[in-house]
Amino acid sequence: MISDWTLWLEWFIKALVLTLALLVGFILLTWYERRALARIQTRIGPNRAGPFGLLQPIADAIKLVFKEELTPAKAYKFIFFLAPILTVVPSIVIAAVVPLGRSINLFGREINLYLADINVGVLYFMSIAAIAVYGIVLAGWSSNSKYAMLGGLRSTAQMISYELALGISLIPVILLSNSMRMIDIVEQQGALWFVVIQPVGALIFWIATLAEVNRAPFDMPEAEQELTAGYHSEYSGMKFALFFMAEYQKMIVICAVMAVFFFGGYLGPGVDQYPLLGPVYMFLKIFVLLFAMIWVRATWPRLRYDRLMEFGWKVLVPLSLAIVFITATGILLVDELKNPALIWTIPAASVVVGLIPVVAIFRALRRLSYGRA
Amino acid sequence: MGVLDPLVELLRGLWITLKSAGEKPVTFQYPEEKRPVRPRFRGRHVLKRYDNGLEKCIGCSLCAAACPADAIFVEAAENTDEKRFSPGERYASTYEINMLRCIYCGFCEDACPTEAIILGDNYELSFTDRRSAIYTKDMLLEPVPATAMLTPQKVESGEFPRSVPEMEDPKD
Repeated sequence: MISDWTLWLEWFIKALVLTLALLVGFILLTWYERRALARIQTRIGPNRAGPFGLLQPIADAIKLVFKEELTPAKAYKFIFFLAPILTVVPSIVIAAVVPLGRSINLFGREINLYLADINVGVLYFMSIAAIAVYGIVLAGWSSNSKYAMLGGLRSTAQMISYELALGISLIPVILLSNSMRMIDIVEQQGALWFVVIQPVGALIFWIATLAEVNRAPFDMPEAEQELTAGYHSEYSGMKFALFFMAEYQKMIVICAVMAVFFFGGYLGPGVDQYPLLGPVYMFLKIFVLLFAMIWVRATWPRLRYDRLMEFGWKVLVPLSLAIVFITATGILLVDELKNPALIWTIPAASVVVGLIPVVAIFRALRRLSYGRA
Repeated sequence: MGVLDPLVELLRGLWITLKSAGEKPVTFQYPEEKRPVRPRFRGRHVLKRYDNGLEKCIGCSLCAAACPADAIFVEAAENTDEKRFSPGERYASTYEINMLRCIYCGFCEDACPTEAIILGDNYELSFTDRRSAIYTKDMLLEPVPATAMLTPQKVESGEFPRSVPEMEDPKD
């Protein structure tokens, strides 16, 4: 029982700030994505509303709010209404465990720059990320539309296959940091980011998260060309805006989590003297990672569905298991032989193992005569 | 083709898109910056005049007959030497094009015996109701360099004896 009301106030304010930051982040991200995509396609992108088109998302929001909200005649009304909410909530709730910095002194009290310090932060992240699929599946089902249904089903299948690789690819991180607390994981990366020690693990995590947030090239559940808009075909107005919001907030949070797990989170030069630099480094890392997501979207075409499943089950899952084995062996070698330099066996062995599926894919492509021979 | 090609090709794609991000955007900032239209562009119609200010249109309605969308309406009236609009016997007292119907095919241009109607370079047509989509003669007619050349003009009798003005064969 906590009787200190200032603690409640602190929690409340932090939660409010976090939620608002995500909302603003979502607004800015839509602008950022459109501008970055436009630049890659040698266009300019939205630049009319406000300076550099920064007010474009506001205009979009106004348009969406005033749009007519349609509910299909034979939709399951309650679930149809519930699904967007179920999609948005996890995308905000996930952010609670992401540490943005150490602690700062404000008004004479120590304030931690994170909302919740759970000792199983990784598990929390995994479970909430898994919940997010419910909204999508329910949206697809309750719309009573074939396109939406197919989108929802694809989403389920994709989530199940890639969730596994996502979870397993985090085990090396847990092994290396010897903890499931997000803050411990960050603090362990003071000398070396985990992306250096476990590059293949980072890559698997990255691919799996792309599938997790339904981003290109894994945007099968909402493939415009095949399923019109997939699970949110039947949604319009504010309900659609919620789906949109959820997707972009998930992007932000996933990039934040990626930064925490593999790119040293809030750590950076000078962060020991000035803890306020922590959120700045976090922001920079999220910014760069988001660009990578947009860049990938601008580059690679969507995967065919059977290949997407094959890639998930036949490549990512075995590869991530191999990576866990290699990481564990490497840590054991360091401990037993008392030689810290042996840590470099982990990236070396991982890259070698990571090249095996590349060769296997090459052979498979040649066998199917898709190659140019 | 090497064994590592599945990976190399993916990275090559990434490199190409990143390179194109450094290129100059091809966008035209439309309302401020306009791209000149092509020589044979078919935009809004213009009714042409002769150098002396008389209208080329003689009200023959061949454009209306040629129009596949039935967008043109022409009503002709007699010229007199007191009030002369065109060098021919008659002129178009009413000339209307419904821009909602027009498909900019240019058949009216081809049908015109006096090269009076030309599809110009103006593509910025906008209207907010059906009535204002009908462009009347005074909107389509080409402006004249001096007010003295406006139609109707008062001319000497016998200056324009032909019912259809003399034309050369089209050159382009």
